[in-house]
Amino acid sequence: MILQAKELRVEFRTRRGTLVAVDGVSFCVARGEVLGVVGESGAGKSLTGLAVMGLLEPPGRIAAGEVWLEGRRIDALPHAALRALRGRRIGVVFQDPLGSLNPLYTIGAQLEETIRTHLGLAGKELRGRALALLAEVGIPAPQARFQHYPHQFSGGMRQRVVIALALAAEPILLIADEPTTALDVSMQAQIIVLIKRVARERGTAVMLITHDMGVIAETADRVAVMYAGRIVEIGAVRDVLHAPQHPYTAGLMASIPRIAAGAGRSRLAQIEGAMPRLSEIPRGCPFHPRCPKRFERCLGSRPELMPVGASQAACWLHASAIAQR
Amino acid sequence: MRAPLLSVEAVTRDFDVSRPWLERVLEGEGRRLLRAVDGVTLEVRHGETLALVGESGCGKSTIARLMVGLDAPSDGRIEFHGQRRQMIFQSPYASLNPRWRVRDIVAEPIRVLRLARKAEVGARVARLLAQVGLAAEDGEKYPHEFSGGQRQRISIARALSGEPDLLICDEPTSALDVSVQAQILNLMADLQSRLSLTYVFISHNLAVVSQIADRVGVMYLGRLVELAPAGELFSHPRHPYTRMLLEAVPRIERTGEPRTPVAGEVPNPLAPPPGCSFHPRCPHADERCRRERPEFVDAVACHGVQEGRISFAR
Repeated sequence: MILQAKELRVEFRTRRGTLVAVDGVSFCVARGEVLGVVGESGAGKSLTGLAVMGLLEPPGRIAAGEVWLEGRRIDALPHAALRALRGRRIGVVFQDPLGSLNPLYTIGAQLEETIRTHLGLAGKELRGRALALLAEVGIPAPQARFQHYPHQFSGGMRQRVVIALALAAEPILLIADEPTTALDVSMQAQIIVLIKRVARERGTAVMLITHDMGVIAETADRVAVMYAGRIVEIGAVRDVLHAPQHPYTAGLMASIPRIAAGAGRSRLAQIEGAMPRLSEIPRGCPFHPRCPKRFERCLGSRPELMPVGASQAACWLHASAIAQR
Repeated sequence: MRAPLLSVEAVTRDFDVSRPWLERVLEGEGRRLLRAVDGVTLEVRHGETLALVGESGCGKSTIARLMVGLDAPSDGRIEFHGQRRQMIFQSPYASLNPRWRVRDIVAEPIRVLRLARKAEVGARVARLLAQVGLAAEDGEKYPHEFSGGQRQRISIARALSGEPDLLICDEPTSALDVSVQAQILNLMADLQSRLSLTYVFISHNLAVVSQIADRVGVMYLGRLVELAPAGELFSHPRHPYTRMLLEAVPRIERTGEPRTPVAGEVPNPLAPPPGCSFHPRCPHADERCRRERPEFVDAVACHGVQEGRISFAR
């Protein structure tokens, strides 16, 4: 197992009290596997990613739980050690490629610097390596593009450069937070293919954080659905998306507009209400105020993930099914 | 056929993106024009939802602003045959004044357009808030007390308060989460049938468009390349660009299936390719496409389709 998060809890201490943004989140990502982490705004998916990378900014902090990378616990490492590890073993891609690139250096210089720092290459070898990376992520004419600055690239090409940078140190884990959200659909499709290829060909474990179920469906092997700071369902993409077990996942899937040829205009299923604020997460199951299937037990006590078929869901509906069996 | 509510005739909109005058003179550069909308002709019919789709830089937002009258065309004509037009913007954060109470935000068009007597404004605002699924008490609050979806409801209430016949919606759900997006799309459909509204719906999201539109126009680099009833467009796309766009949308039904990657990306609109602007990415392009700009004939602008070179067999 490349990455393991165990009972991760992220808190924000504020003047008005402690807010729990990520609560008891556990998952793992294997070699060459793409784990999708999906949820709506405020679900805690990005914070989970930041917590894994050790990039939480105060007042946010990991209050409990453990993060393991290749069998080594990394959440308690000193700052400097974690920093070295992050650059070398974890590659990161954020939503906005411009924010990840230095506008004053050519992309060639940025790529070479990263490779030099982490792999210690120099001279011809270094240049060859950088060019090969640009070619791998699908930059046409890498020789010519090497001397260009970030502003000379389009949004999609910039995101490719960022992916090349993330892969430069040959990380074993790639964390991509909304990597396709700022892109047009045609470019989005190309980045999806690229991320999949990286996982298959390099064996990189990928944690793909997104709000877009379509992207998850086409890219991920397994998916964790988050709601109000918790994983409410986790399993193989095929199972979770096509036979959702948690009422939230089911509602989410039904509310996604789909291109149905010839079906014409139709009404979407909708989940009433909105995700609760962190300061107002209800007792019991956090989804119960919006849940069409809630019953007494959901109001009082919080369900943990329990096995349902091939996946796991945190919903009391399945506890009664298990008990009856 | 119903008479058009709004007609757009050969409309072009150029933006001057030249560098400052002194720099131009010193370096002997000319003016640079960006043609955001390039000879678009279409009409909006009473009571329909016309969607305009395309990728960034295709001119869809510019045409929305032209249609609502926020901006004037450089060339061509826009004729509106109704009473009033209103607009709903993409960001429910930037489009509401944070210092105003919701009741004042919603009442502003009523006051400005003098649609009601002073004493009646309050009741009318309460009715509008109820119509979009908010409580009358919400009128006393400020925008920051609401979530993104509720704010978009406020935007809709404000647009409706001007009693428009035509609502131009520029990416109204793009900033929202999917579960909230579904609520807003359903609300818009309900309001349309209840108040017999006409919508122009601008979006980059084909799935959303397929859910709400009666007719769909596809734009590429400022030009309208295809216009068809929604059912037809999604089942039998004709223009190669429309097909590519449909192919590119990630689909939930396609879990784990390999996909043919879409090639290329939208060229720089400052230097659009000659001839058909889609030709560098088009698998069917030939010599004529590289040279000659296709006319918009029979609802599609494509030489290949017009010459019968591109088949529609599926």
